[in-house]
Amino acid sequence: MKDAKPFLDIRHAQKSYGSLEVLKDISLQVQRGQIVAIIGPSGSGKSTLLRAINDLDPLTGGEVWLEDTQVNKNLPYRQYEKHINKVRQDIGMVFQHFNLFPHLTVRGNITLVPKMLKGLSEDEANNLAVEQLGRVGLIDRIDYYPSQLSGGQKQRVAIARALAMKPKVMLFDEATSALDPELVEEVNQVMKKLAEEHMTMVIVTHEMGFAESVCDRVLFMDQGVVVEEGPPDVIFRNPANERTRNFLRKHLEGVRR
Amino acid sequence: MDIELMLKVYPFFLKAAWVTIQLSVLTTILGLICGALGAAAKLSRHSVLRIIGASYVSLFRGTPALIQLFLLYFGGPQVGIQLDAFEAGVIGLGINIGAYMTETIRGGIIAVDKGQTEAARTLGLSRFQTMTRVVLPQAARLIIRPLGVNINALIKGTALVAAISVIELTYTAQRYIGSTYKPFEMFLLSGALYMIIIYTTGRGIAWLDRKARIA
Repeated sequence: MKDAKPFLDIRHAQKSYGSLEVLKDISLQVQRGQIVAIIGPSGSGKSTLLRAINDLDPLTGGEVWLEDTQVNKNLPYRQYEKHINKVRQDIGMVFQHFNLFPHLTVRGNITLVPKMLKGLSEDEANNLAVEQLGRVGLIDRIDYYPSQLSGGQKQRVAIARALAMKPKVMLFDEATSALDPELVEEVNQVMKKLAEEHMTMVIVTHEMGFAESVCDRVLFMDQGVVVEEGPPDVIFRNPANERTRNFLRKHLEGVRR
Repeated sequence: MDIELMLKVYPFFLKAAWVTIQLSVLTTILGLICGALGAAAKLSRHSVLRIIGASYVSLFRGTPALIQLFLLYFGGPQVGIQLDAFEAGVIGLGINIGAYMTETIRGGIIAVDKGQTEAARTLGLSRFQTMTRVVLPQAARLIIRPLGVNINALIKGTALVAAISVIELTYTAQRYIGSTYKPFEMFLLSGALYMIIIYTTGRGIAWLDRKARIA
């Protein structure tokens, strides 16, 4: 840990839908360059927590800070919109279902927002697209439409699109869950490479092997609370909590089957 | 069947068809404007606008277009709205079909996957930018065909303005029946011209739809 002050700081996150409490006072600090995996059964609140980081699913209580900026500021509508649109440029997000823009080519997907928000010229935007596609190994697909790509390629383009905004942190919401098994690896490779480049990442995943090999820290969530957290070798090899053990055992059985 | 008579009067029917085409085009334009505004209102985050949008749709879909036309053309002068028959026809039909188009356009917009909005917002685009650059281009492809259905109905609906004596296809047929006593020939003639207009429009819509799908 380089800095004492956390880079990404979630303080007492709380979220309820009516009387249903999906996040119960969760705090999480992520240092710059750290990679944190969030695991847990479906409905545990892990995606909700991740989506609270860029205020896509606003919290009902607690604060999210990225460096010196509070993300989920309580502001009048117009001011909030201005604020959040700025903050979100620093927070890249990758979705389970890719969410590429089907009416644009790969190039268009990557350059649309940088051109609009950062005033990049056509040439600069092009260079940016080539550069980011290089990172995910898909330069030869630059003029393809999303419908012409495999699932793994789509997700790699989605990662390149997020990276093109030069984010400070990347959020992955089950990025490989919708992929055919044989396509998972190519996406994992890209994420591994980002890890080696010390990108700060928060990853919601069902891939325990991947989480173990890449992450600095693992959070196990269940029913809206962090049941256990620690380094991957502890969580996966020697979990202290009964619920963690149960979840991992069931998960392993599922994978073997 | 009196073919000779049909050949004699058909230039007048062509002229009337031209009026029907003008009515249709102007009504479509006004309908699209009303439909776009209506859809924007119904999808607004302001409840007042949503109520206005919903009221517009239920009011104009919930009453006969003919009543709306009569109200505007015959009732209008009573409250200070003076329009000639053609103007009243375009405005009355346009606002009416706009209510249907509101639902078509709104349907197309909400049919675009929510993940598209999430992805755009996550990258930092505003609500407005997301709508214009990500959602609408995709919604446009979805609504071309259903809008075609609205336009088809609208072209046939222009026959209603015969009731406020706009000299279009239906009115012309009625007028020539008065002097020739040949309703079969006259209605056949106007029907055939409607058919040509509607078929051509339908082909145009299908072409647009294909083009939008390829792009």
